[in-house]
Amino acid sequence: MPSLDCIVIGGGTNGLACAARLARKGRRVLVLEASGTPGGGAAGGEFAPGFRSPGLAHIVHMIDPRVADILALDRHGLRYHTTSLASSALAATGDHLRLDGAFGASLTGTIGAEDRAAWADLRARLMRFAAALAPFRGLTPPRLARASGNDWAQLARLGLGVRRMGKTDFREFLRMFLINVWDVLNDELSDERLKGLVAFDATLGSWLGPRSPNSLLLLLNRLSGEVAGQQGALALPKGGMPAVAAALASAAEAAGVRIRTSAAVARIDVVGDCVIGVTLANGEELRAPRVVSAISPKTTLLSLLGPRHLDTGAMMRIRHQKSRGGAAKLHLALSALPDFMGADPKTRLVIAPGADHVERAFNPVKYGEVPTAPVMEVVIPSAFEPGLAPDGLHVLSAVVQYAPHAPKAGEDAARAAMLEATLATLESHAPGIRKLIVGQEMLMPYDIERRYGMPGGNWHHGELSAEQMLFLRPAPGMAQYASPVPGLWLASAGTHPGGGISGASGWNAAGRILQEVRA
Amino acid sequence: MKVEPRLHFHNLLLKTPFHARTSAANLLNQWGNWSGYTTALAFGDEAMEFSAIRNAATLYDLCPMVKYRFTGPEAAACLDRLTLRAASKLSVGGVHYTAWCDDAGKLLDDGTLFRLGPEDFRLCCQERHLPWLLDSALGFDAHVREETEEVAALSLQGPCSASVLQAAGFDVSSLKPFRMATFPFGSGTLMISRTGFTGDLGYELWTTPDQALALWDHLMAAGRAWGIRPIGSNALNLARIEAGFVITNMDFIPADQAVREDRTRSPIEMALDWMIDWDKGHFNGRRALLAEQEGKTSRWAFVGLDVPGNVPATGAVIYAGKTREAGFVTAAEWLPTAKRNVALAHIERKYMKSDLWADIYALRELQYARLMLPVTVTERPFFNPARKRATPPGRF
Ligand SMILES: Cc1cc2nc3c(=O)[nH]c(=O)nc-3n(C[C@H](O)[C@H](O)[C@H](O)COP(=O)(O)OP(=O)(O)OC[C@H]3O[C@@H](n4cnc5c(N)ncnc54)[C@H](O)[C@@H]3O)c2cc1C
Repeated sequence: MPSLDCIVIGGGTNGLACAARLARKGRRVLVLEASGTPGGGAAGGEFAPGFRSPGLAHIVHMIDPRVADILALDRHGLRYHTTSLASSALAATGDHLRLDGAFGASLTGTIGAEDRAAWADLRARLMRFAAALAPFRGLTPPRLARASGNDWAQLARLGLGVRRMGKTDFREFLRMFLINVWDVLNDELSDERLKGLVAFDATLGSWLGPRSPNSLLLLLNRLSGEVAGQQGALALPKGGMPAVAAALASAAEAAGVRIRTSAAVARIDVVGDCVIGVTLANGEELRAPRVVSAISPKTTLLSLLGPRHLDTGAMMRIRHQKSRGGAAKLHLALSALPDFMGADPKTRLVIAPGADHVERAFNPVKYGEVPTAPVMEVVIPSAFEPGLAPDGLHVLSAVVQYAPHAPKAGEDAARAAMLEATLATLESHAPGIRKLIVGQEMLMPYDIERRYGMPGGNWHHGELSAEQMLFLRPAPGMAQYASPVPGLWLASAGTHPGGGISGASGWNAAGRILQEVRA
Repeated sequence: MKVEPRLHFHNLLLKTPFHARTSAANLLNQWGNWSGYTTALAFGDEAMEFSAIRNAATLYDLCPMVKYRFTGPEAAACLDRLTLRAASKLSVGGVHYTAWCDDAGKLLDDGTLFRLGPEDFRLCCQERHLPWLLDSALGFDAHVREETEEVAALSLQGPCSASVLQAAGFDVSSLKPFRMATFPFGSGTLMISRTGFTGDLGYELWTTPDQALALWDHLMAAGRAWGIRPIGSNALNLARIEAGFVITNMDFIPADQAVREDRTRSPIEMALDWMIDWDKGHFNGRRALLAEQEGKTSRWAFVGLDVPGNVPATGAVIYAGKTREAGFVTAAEWLPTAKRNVALAHIERKYMKSDLWADIYALRELQYARLMLPVTVTERPFFNPARKRATPPGRF
């Protein structure tokens, strides 16, 4: 085997983006992916005979523009049905509210003039704040220690960018930055459908309810993403998320990356306090002077590397990184297109009938229980194209919150209860849907952990929350993609800027590795 | 003595298993707080107590010393990662002096490590560290627990200590320094290690609390002919300064207790770098210490100083060229055996080649007399008798 510069563990979007960037700079890179196909959360699979899921992740809203443009994912086959997916805030009465454009640029439905104006104002403000934060996504988080290799010039520019929003806006930004989304919504809006949808978006993939401190920050994070140059937009790839995985893999291979699937890394090998390579689950040893782990930092450091190569303090900080997952994933095989009381099936269908409702769906999981009225976002990819389902049949994909990652009742009982609660909720918004079901798959956070390796089933490979962001991500002292062990780097969603089908963490890490900056 | 946990507030300080004897012997009724235990500072005449350390035999109650037990197949590996020295290279029946650091390579404590068995260690130290030790054991097939209250320990020190043990029926003639042996005693056993904190011939005796008083009585009876006497912490402190030993929280602040960023010390800065085993694999603080060593970034040096005259330089600030602050004294005494006036001091490395002066404030009849004296860096220990090392030990 030709000698390698770098081994990347994990062929998710971050692993592929990182590998591709390294290979473009002439590094010889091998990606090791445990499963049969690259893509991680973007990979799909058959969940019922003839029915394929659009991936664990199903909506693109964060894809890193550097990854999309420099790797030219379009040339590698990535096409979208729409890069401006509308959302329907469903009401059980059929009185839906439709949000078109990026983050509800326009509203359709019965909603008062006052709320329309308030929404326009709030939306614009949030989009401005998020835009000021967006450049931080592409940056190595600064460190407060001396000589830590910070790019001060870039930091100064970004700081100035935030300051440039003007005095009133800046003051408002500081007021809202760490506030909870529930307070903001109740201060400024009255429409429950709208409040529910925004509360849902803010807390999607988190272990926070709308009333939890700092929950607005996650909304700002979400809105700081972009698709095809549109901030805060949602996009649906043709062929589902696996198409993103395929395009990324193809771009990486075109750049010279070798991808090996069904190659689970069991151990990171260290000699003389330097990483020398990895050992696979089958015992095969692979050698490279640099190993980039694009799987969760927690698993990387505690399982693959092992505590004995870490100082006790660092080991405990990474052990204490919170990684509770609250999102479950439902795939339904349907014999016909369900009718959500007239809602456009070619929109994202959000069932979150109010901000309080979202909060109440969060309460039970704190105690390891299943909510009776979960909240969810539903996509029906087969409404856009045939392919995922046999002709005339349909696939429904839903992210459902909140599901306990450590259920008191036991895993199987909790999964059954979650499925029942979800189907009952779907039935009340799309009467008759249960009769259309010909196949189903409910992935609870623990199922997701097992299948994809995300600790706790957490969306971000470690919760994204104010105290685990920026220079605190994944843990204090490790926030600049370098692990404590020379030669080992971190690149998954567990690092800054966090999760989503994005590639940002991997791209950033590659930049750091190319500079070889270790603070 | 075990106190019902619920009633701890009746006894803010605990009594050691030897309290019945130490309190009866404490003519001065002088007590201090050592790790939450009532301990004697002096029993009678401090000078006589010190003199007995160097000329006869002494007993010192060691029970408050914090003790941890590491057991399991990977206990040695766990201690290798925790401490600076290689516990795995310590032979069964051996003891070594060691220290350990936080991630930043700053000292948390020092102590003695006893290898009781292939998979069984006792770590004795000044401060409490259970959470850190438990955390450090994660990922190792090893078990850590605190056993301070389960062990009754006495220190028998002085040139006649071997003779006293012989008279007490314990043949320690072949026991080398930093080795230990076990003897039957009463209804159980007694472990004797040739260790101590006086820099002299001496032993430490380890048993269970139920045997404590019998052991005390037995040794006091056996040692009568050699003038054995109990000593308090003050006399011991003088002996340890002569021996050049450091005490955590007297000569350096443990990194986890330091509030001010510049108060922590690396082992290199505390002159403990001889302990560091760079080749044993990773250990806590290794990367930081390697960077410090390679980058020559150590800020401090810990040294012995010769001070002219006979006024102890207690708490003195050290100046370079009488004007620039260069360091400070953590311990100072006029040494009765060595007949020298010395100090232990932290000196900023950049001033090590300057002429150093101690700014001494000597309290004389309610009034400070200020002395600015030239000091010189000197070797430690200040007192290092051959009898400390001789095996078989001298029969005095
Ligand atoms: C229920 C749910 C729904 C989501 N929906 C969306 C969405 O709609 N839109 C969105 O943008 N994001 C969504 N996300 C988030 C998104 O899926 C993740 O943030 C993203 O996948 C992280 O990418 P990654 O490359 O860092 O890691 P991953 O995608 O998790 O990839 C890691 C890869 O490493 C492999 N691996 C693990 N262990 C080993 C090993 N030992 N050896 C070799 N390979 C290994 C795994 O098989 C996997 O392929 C969702 C997350 C969840 C949990």
